[in-house]
Amino acid sequence: MIKELTCICCPMGCSLKAEVNEKGEVVSVKGNNCVRGENYAKTELTAPVRIVTTTVIARSGEPVPVKTEKAVAKDKIFDVVNNIKSVKIDLPVKMGDVIIENVSDTGVNVVSTRSVE
Amino acid sequence: MNDHSLIIIGGGPAGMAAALAAKKAGIDDLLILERDSRLGGILNQCIHNGFGLHTFKEELTGPEYAERYANMIKQEQIPYELNTMVLSVECLKDSNKKAITVISSKRGVQTIYAKAVVLAMGCRERPRGALNIPGYRPQGVYTAGTAQKLINLEGANIGKEVVILGSGDIGLIMARRMTLEGAHVAAVAELMPYSSGLKRNIVQCLDDYNIPLLLSHTVVDIKGKEKLEGVYIAKVDKNLQPIEETKEYYPCDTLLLSCGLIPENELSVDGGVEIDPRTNGAYVDESLETSVEGVFSCGNVLHVHDLVDFVSEESARAGESAARYILNGKKPIKETIEIKTGNGVRYTVPYKINVDSADELTHIRFRVSGVYKNTSIVIKSGEKELMRKKSMILVPSEMVDLVLKKSKLEEADEAITIFIEEASQ
Repeated sequence: MIKELTCICCPMGCSLKAEVNEKGEVVSVKGNNCVRGENYAKTELTAPVRIVTTTVIARSGEPVPVKTEKAVAKDKIFDVVNNIKSVKIDLPVKMGDVIIENVSDTGVNVVSTRSVE
Repeated sequence: MNDHSLIIIGGGPAGMAAALAAKKAGIDDLLILERDSRLGGILNQCIHNGFGLHTFKEELTGPEYAERYANMIKQEQIPYELNTMVLSVECLKDSNKKAITVISSKRGVQTIYAKAVVLAMGCRERPRGALNIPGYRPQGVYTAGTAQKLINLEGANIGKEVVILGSGDIGLIMARRMTLEGAHVAAVAELMPYSSGLKRNIVQCLDDYNIPLLLSHTVVDIKGKEKLEGVYIAKVDKNLQPIEETKEYYPCDTLLLSCGLIPENELSVDGGVEIDPRTNGAYVDESLETSVEGVFSCGNVLHVHDLVDFVSEESARAGESAARYILNGKKPIKETIEIKTGNGVRYTVPYKINVDSADELTHIRFRVSGVYKNTSIVIKSGEKELMRKKSMILVPSEMVDLVLKKSKLEEADEAITIFIEEASQ
């Protein structure tokens, strides 16, 4: 199967055509102008990951910005966001404080990105 | 107490970087004035990641980038006043001192004085009024940054069915943000045939969530009197004129506008600073000094940046220049070279260079006026070529940073021109 995607490694934004076999492995990549495009297509088509950022509303009503400490699987994004939305936290928090451990079984922690008094 | 060496207007990334650099260069008597209730400026509401790859060699969110700088400010014991609005900056003719009139609950209205000033007020969004969209003024139309502030800093819920006009980065980021908040983003309409946002944002904010990007489209009408009910989007022709037959209705309760940023220079203009109509920022020389002696400008108030890392770097140079001015006085100006823009170059910062007082390396930053593939950036002085750099791709959304050696500048005997040389075929 041929999958099409846009490389994001630089502003060139090469249109990539990647051939994927039945096992989901990337067999070949075309359309890239450099090696980064090939690597990007391989990761993006086999295990795409994203850092998720959103806010947690503290009991006082103040939003606290948070992020996943590492990138999580792309198809887990909504799961992660919903989990973050469901927690209630108390202030103060410091930048880097763990808000949720191992969110949605991703093995990744959600941490605060700002100190809020 | 109301007389300082250096006053920095704005406590965002530009102001903080300028203050840290000035302090490092030996200026202890400095003060940052910030109108918001915390340091960090717009970074505080930019909760997404992607900041700091150059500065900190890691990918941070906006609040983290801001807090790291704010911590350095506190560590260096650099004084700052929050909730303080600067009303005017004036250069006193007799003493060359700058009179800065401020208002705050602590001070009331007061005038304070400084030998030098760094302007670091940032920019603001182009509002609906500047966009000529017909229709009523219903509730539900926001600039993308206002929506970002309401959601990320105030925890507000602003709408469920969203259309975004303009594909600037804030618009793209907000498309994802609104989606994660449970809204449905029907489309992002962009007037130009290319996006003004970064590729990475188009993929990670739109493609990831199947949000269509309609290039060469614009909003031609807004429906709803009290509350927004929907918008009409039409395709535009080569002259950017809407094509009536392509008009399509999108019901929505929220319209976000991401149509460009404008440096906030009212203070600068009132203070006599000359503004470059190409950037809406001050005309500056290589030291980032404006047309008013001892007044420097940096960050988004000088020209709109796409990377905060570039803001920090540039602002540190403004802070160093201000320190040098305070410690050594006015620099001797012998030979000034003007920088002219040629094919494909929309503007340059600086617009002139004092060769004698220039540092070993001079940064020249500019944006291109279109998409250029496989070209060369060329700097010439008359017929003499000073620099040539190959480039695979140049796009208007990414600022170019050229570094020119002093030895090269010294070779120039007349104005230099920067242009994009397209391959002859």
